[in-house]
Amino acid sequence: MENVHRTLMMKPSDKVAVALSKIEKNTIVQVISQTTKYVIELQDDIQFGHKFAVVPIKKGEDILKYGEVIGVASEDIAEGEHVHIHNLEGKRGRGDKNDRAKQTTTGI
Amino acid sequence: MTELNKQLLGYRRPDGTVGIRNHVLILPTITCATQTAQRITELVDGTVTFIHQHGCAQVGEDYEQTFRTYVGMGANPNVYGVVVLGLGCETHQAKSVAGELKKTGKPVEVVSIQDHGGTLTTIAEGAKIAAKMVQDASMEMRVPFDFSELIVGTECGGSDACSGLSANPAVGAVSDKIVERGGTAILAETTELIGAEHLLADRAVDDHVSKRVYEVINAMENRAIKMGVDIRTGNPSPGNIEGGLSSLEEKSLGASTKAGSSPLQELVSYAERPTKKGLVWMDTPGHDIEQLTGMAAGGAQVVLFTSGRGTPTGSPIVPTIKISTNSMMFESMQENMDINAGTIIEGQETVDAVGERILNEVALTCRGKKTKAEILKQHDFGIWRIGPTF
Repeated sequence: MENVHRTLMMKPSDKVAVALSKIEKNTIVQVISQTTKYVIELQDDIQFGHKFAVVPIKKGEDILKYGEVIGVASEDIAEGEHVHIHNLEGKRGRGDKNDRAKQTTTGI
Repeated sequence: MTELNKQLLGYRRPDGTVGIRNHVLILPTITCATQTAQRITELVDGTVTFIHQHGCAQVGEDYEQTFRTYVGMGANPNVYGVVVLGLGCETHQAKSVAGELKKTGKPVEVVSIQDHGGTLTTIAEGAKIAAKMVQDASMEMRVPFDFSELIVGTECGGSDACSGLSANPAVGAVSDKIVERGGTAILAETTELIGAEHLLADRAVDDHVSKRVYEVINAMENRAIKMGVDIRTGNPSPGNIEGGLSSLEEKSLGASTKAGSSPLQELVSYAERPTKKGLVWMDTPGHDIEQLTGMAAGGAQVVLFTSGRGTPTGSPIVPTIKISTNSMMFESMQENMDINAGTIIEGQETVDAVGERILNEVALTCRGKKTKAEILKQHDFGIWRIGPTF
């Protein structure tokens, strides 16, 4: 099954890749960004446009896509697991967590 | 398409700007005049208007922002002439808006429901003035103009996970191509740049612009924080989340690719006309119609609008070229979408090739080709209100 499904990882430092078609659980996919290559068995069904982890991610760890922080893991995430709102929290605009929001908006 | 076919044709206005449409705008300055304005557009071909709920009991900066938006809509070079329509007693006086608009040198007339003795006589009076203006407008000829005279707005709405991979980078390529040719590209939707602001601040031409980037981002983020909620309850929207976007930061990093790679020249307020050419950031919310209106009022003659989920959006005065991020939506919503960038996802076309295709569409639109939103009379309008109504 390897290579049948197209995936996209933007930067070698990214911790997630995007499925470019719906890919079923237990499928083995190849993910390449420049010289970084992963071969991963998916732990969940991944819908078109959704993300999966390319490395294990610990709870509290920043999650990178485009080589930039897109949020933080709200639980431990295994390689090949679906990464979305159930296990990724945004860090910005968090009126519900006022202290953290202030820390991340120091800007200038 | 050759460079010759990219030649732009538009209508030269008295203030030196160039429009790519030749509308007569019936501009209601108050919500209770919008129905009368609508009746006039039903009677007179070649006129456009918009429905809104503003124009009275507004104060301070909020008053100013709405006033600036009205004036900007009338002053947009795509508008040949304006019939400013008021009730008479509203805070946003039709005659004040008309006074500002007359500075452009274009035909401007005022009609007021209270002065003309009611709805029916106002419709008749407004229609008579508009009919004369439309005939005068019809004698204007398109003349060649340069890319340096073009202001292109960029926007994304109904984003999905493909937005940051296909249509937005393609619009970024167009933005760079417009800037290379001496023109202006507007980046907007401050909300959807939260989390990507450092990338844009690094491209600011000076410290002042860089400082302004962080100021507008912090102001927008603080509005959400003051509400005491996670901004994710509203942005990304449910459709964005279904499309695979998990956080505002992820959406923002995709949205910021619309800005291409040019230096950031200026940061302007909502509905303010850029004073610099090149890449300019307008401080608007992420709300599709409010940012589209802000850019139209800021003088954009054409807007490039990417969508992953699909949208019918358009402006009464500014052609809005809609670009799909994926082929599935392009197929299912062909009646609304103008260009498909989903070919990038399928590996059939490069980002630059799609950018070139969009640039050609901009040229064709400037020469008169109608966008889907124009054909479907999608005359959306919404002002970013920044204060309460009293």
